[in-house]
Amino acid sequence: MRYAMAIEVNKCVGCGDCVVACQTENNVPMGYSRDWIIEVARGEYPNLFMHFESQRCNHCDDTPCVRTCPTGASHVIEGGIVKVTHDECIGCGACIEACPYDARYFHPDGYVDKCTFCDHRVADGLDPACVSVCPTTCMHFGDLDDPDSDISKLIQSREHYTLLPEAGTAPQIYYLK
Amino acid sequence: MEERLFQTARDIHGLYPHVHIWGFPIAAYLFLGGLAAGILLFATLYYLKGKEDSMPFTVKIAPIFTFWFVIIGLLLLVYDLHHPKYVLELFTTFRIESPMSWGAWTLSAVSILSLLWPLSYIDDIEAYFHGRGWHQMDKITKFLRDLEHKWLIPHFIIITFRKYRTFFAWILLFLSIILGIYTGILLSAFNAHPLWNNSILGPLFLTSAVSTGSAFVMWLSNNKKERKLMSSIDMALIATELFFIIHMIMGMQAGPEAYKQAAHLFLGGEFTVIFWVLFVGFGLLLPFILEALELKGKHIPPALPALLVLVGGFLLRLIMVAAGQMSEYPF
Repeated sequence: MRYAMAIEVNKCVGCGDCVVACQTENNVPMGYSRDWIIEVARGEYPNLFMHFESQRCNHCDDTPCVRTCPTGASHVIEGGIVKVTHDECIGCGACIEACPYDARYFHPDGYVDKCTFCDHRVADGLDPACVSVCPTTCMHFGDLDDPDSDISKLIQSREHYTLLPEAGTAPQIYYLK
Repeated sequence: MEERLFQTARDIHGLYPHVHIWGFPIAAYLFLGGLAAGILLFATLYYLKGKEDSMPFTVKIAPIFTFWFVIIGLLLLVYDLHHPKYVLELFTTFRIESPMSWGAWTLSAVSILSLLWPLSYIDDIEAYFHGRGWHQMDKITKFLRDLEHKWLIPHFIIITFRKYRTFFAWILLFLSIILGIYTGILLSAFNAHPLWNNSILGPLFLTSAVSTGSAFVMWLSNNKKERKLMSSIDMALIATELFFIIHMIMGMQAGPEAYKQAAHLFLGGEFTVIFWVLFVGFGLLLPFILEALELKGKHIPPALPALLVLVGGFLLRLIMVAAGQMSEYPF
């Protein structure tokens, strides 16, 4: 089992529904967010190109956050999902420093919080909240170890990129061109 | 041209516009840990070389300060935690991959040994304080004696410690090297911050730690020979530090874009003046020159180069902690 997400950047309109759905589903406190959208503009005038990237924890294969955690609060569960056990987290901030995507933050209660790929929904066979609400269906979630899954086929057939592969984290959010 | 802008809000405290969750307490913790490591390294090294009596301040007296440095450092570390009610997790788990876990355990072990070491020399310490006329220190020595006789530490532990001092000296020597290098490795383990992520940071922080240790001994020792020796050792350490710093920046300049941008923080970027003028100028070069003049026979108060080295050592940590968090991969 290797859960991953594929996002079609040219279908994303940057509406922010994924961000609001996550905040509602996971009771994210006001002013915080586990996912966010970046507007990317490239080129020289008049040949400018623009697309949106919905970003979140990349649930990396090589996790610097889990490696630097001194208590084992940050850990990887079945399917490669990176999670934080709140009552083992001392709030030292090592994982926040370790993450090149700035995907983690201090929850107002003190522990470190982040995207969980909505593992409580995934356990029930549902998609994560962000994926399920996307009005343009630009986001896809599934198991990469299953060659017949939709996401495996998308990644096999479409040109794609990941964020900061040079940071050596083997990220598992794929952006389809 | 490529421009990346936030489409949805992400101005989370401590994350925007760049990560800045570590500040003064962490820099002070790294400095105090390093200073304690430096002092203990000299104490145990010269004890093992059999110079207990010819270098009394280094071996017998200076370690009494390290216990307080380590305790203050640990308190600063706990103060900086955002979820401190679970702090015991730090001391009940050991994770071999996590430098912070190594540091917490090493500091705990050092804090115990750095209390037992001066306790086993308590008479010499008392005599030193009286010799310098520091009668206000009587309270501290009395507190330590009470600790030994009445409260926590039974007398037989000190007797045993005295008997096997050579054995404990080896352990403490080893631990002090780990502690000194850990303060740098803690930062260099974060590959998300190119400025920290280089293998010279560990040796650089260890050298700086030992340098602050020698400066501390040089400052407070009442033995002229000891001061002279520490002064010349410190000069060699400062030269090594300069060598490491130049190599660190050369390495980053020869690296990929993110590393070049990290080096730029010191080469024209916002840390240029504080790094080269305050740290390298007043924290390394000036004390080096003062120590050289003193060895040549000029009269220079030992407190001056010593304090410059100590402030410089703290500045190095403060600059690296602050600048490192600003050096990130663009995404």
